Amino acid sequence: MDYLLTILVDGVVYASWLFIVALGLTLVFGVLRILNIAHGSFYALGAYAAASAVALSNGLGLPPALSLLAMLIASIAVAIAVAPFLERVVLRLFYGRDEVLILLVTYAVFLMLEDITKLIWGVTPYYVFEPRGLFGNVEVGSLFYVGYDLMLIVLAVVCGLAVWFGLNRTIIGKVVLAVIHNREISAAMGVNVARVYVLAFFIGVLLAALAGAYTAPLISVQPGISVSVIILSFAVVIIGGLGSIPGAAIGALIVGIARAAAVYELPEAEIFIVYLVMATVLVFRPEGLFQRAQVRKI
Amino acid sequence: MHGKTLKTLLGGAVLMAVLLLAGFAAPQWLLFTATKAIGYGIVALGIVVLMRGGVVSFGQGMVYCAGAYAAGLIAANWGLTDALVLLTIGGVTGIVIGAVVGPLIARYRGIFFAMLTVALSMVLYGVLVKMNQIGGSDGFNVPEPTFFGWPPDRDSADLALYCTAIVVAGVTAMLCRVYFDSMAGLMSRAVRENELRVEYLGTSVHRTMVLNFVVAAGFGGVGGALNGMALGHVDPLFSFWTTSGEFVFVAILAGPYSVAAVFVASIILELVRSFSNLYFPETWQLVLGAFLLAVILFLPEGIGSLWAKGRIIAPRTPRDDVTRSRAAEDRSTGGSRVATATRAARPTAKEPQA
Repeated sequence: MDYLLTILVDGVVYASWLFIVALGLTLVFGVLRILNIAHGSFYALGAYAAASAVALSNGLGLPPALSLLAMLIASIAVAIAVAPFLERVVLRLFYGRDEVLILLVTYAVFLMLEDITKLIWGVTPYYVFEPRGLFGNVEVGSLFYVGYDLMLIVLAVVCGLAVWFGLNRTIIGKVVLAVIHNREISAAMGVNVARVYVLAFFIGVLLAALAGAYTAPLISVQPGISVSVIILSFAVVIIGGLGSIPGAAIGALIVGIARAAAVYELPEAEIFIVYLVMATVLVFRPEGLFQRAQVRKI
Repeated sequence: MHGKTLKTLLGGAVLMAVLLLAGFAAPQWLLFTATKAIGYGIVALGIVVLMRGGVVSFGQGMVYCAGAYAAGLIAANWGLTDALVLLTIGGVTGIVIGAVVGPLIARYRGIFFAMLTVALSMVLYGVLVKMNQIGGSDGFNVPEPTFFGWPPDRDSADLALYCTAIVVAGVTAMLCRVYFDSMAGLMSRAVRENELRVEYLGTSVHRTMVLNFVVAAGFGGVGGALNGMALGHVDPLFSFWTTSGEFVFVAILAGPYSVAAVFVASIILELVRSFSNLYFPETWQLVLGAFLLAVILFLPEGIGSLWAKGRIIAPRTPRDDVTRSRAAEDRSTGGSRVATATRAARPTAKEPQA
């Protein structure tokens, strides 16, 4: 029983940060129709910025609890620095092109951000372990977990609910949904589509950076973290169905638990279990679990 | 065979002879770079084959890696080191994988096709990393290839492999051109324009896609075997998705029109890589990314469109010109598959199709 519980909790913790990343990815896809490979770079930028911010806050002698706030500020700073420039100056040039071509554009952006990250922070790993001790240990069943890890689950739920609420229960959200549904008619009705695009992209980047910032204490922040996150979050949104928020949640849970199960049961499969799950889902649901049927035009 | 195809093939043969002779005058580092680029080019040619049918594989690293491992394992364990035999083994491995995977994957399109191919290549990567019997994540060394029983010495090894690469690439490229201009190859373009119409006209889209996939996989295997020999080493990174990304890079840079452009693009990638490694070792990905963005922005149909754009086989008639320019327009607006009777009703940008 404890064994199953361990797998479950580990899987859900893993799923929680993955969900935050995938939420941003699926939102950006829904609104801008861009499957963004550079999304993983935003995650890495968030992690690096958080490492610097926590070091700064400790250096100033601020109370440790404030490092959580420092991480939040760091991820907002990343989103402000990256999102408007990328969307307005770079990506805008390629709207209306083939989906796969845009995928390659974001691959180019990913390559560039990789080196820019290295130029700013160097190649030596950063360790941000202080915040992880803030919540102490929590007993689940007969096992102890680091409280910080469980806090990540809360953060994921908050992010998910916030995005859902923002989309479905606010005027701005309704406007965004209208743009998702039909960009041209929205524009004709007086919606400033460009602003909606910037907003959606900003929130997408912010979510990736948030996930990066708050997982920084769990990992060593070093070059290469973006590469693994990209494919994982892609797998999540593909499993769930592109553009679907509940899909991203279910996808993250499936991926997280499958990975945790593999770590305990079949360590050899840890690296590829996620892809195996994704391939299996696509065999039975070619467009993901939560994709609505699409009208084909001849 | 059509006259225009013959003319292209003849040009290719002349080019091949010139490049072979040039090899004897070229410095060692250039020979190595060129051989590696040719290997990359053959794999990327496979992606171009798929692109003509409207899909892009982000997992061509799978067949590339499989071809390299198959050739490398046989060379290392059985002592069979003849270059041509190893290349054949690589190609056959690719074709077998393609024939198994192709029918399963041929019903997916767009992002889903790309992601499934990524998934498959990453599964191979994961398996190879854990297989410590064959080197795990370090891979293993491939013995020096021999050529019809002749083991070249240190100085002539690069040249011998370069010549082999040129011949193999030349033959591959010509076969590819013949395939592109054949009925089966032209079907790809029809599929890309509108799948439903092709089905309605009584041909199998599925068969075209599978055939393209198998051809592409065969090319991938040959390229992998070639680069395994050129580098003298294979490792699981051959199957990592960033490797596949570079193949797509080459294919996009080349564009779907010209076969020769694929090799030009591949050389450009290798040169950009070598020179940035030399002059900006810390920022070569930055250079590569900026270069890629510039190409997509200014040459969206690849460098091949500079000299082979709008190349068609059928004799020109005024009607053809109209349909062709419409098709080109369709592509430039993102291949929107909405068929409308009048141009006025044609959307100007690709809509998220409801």
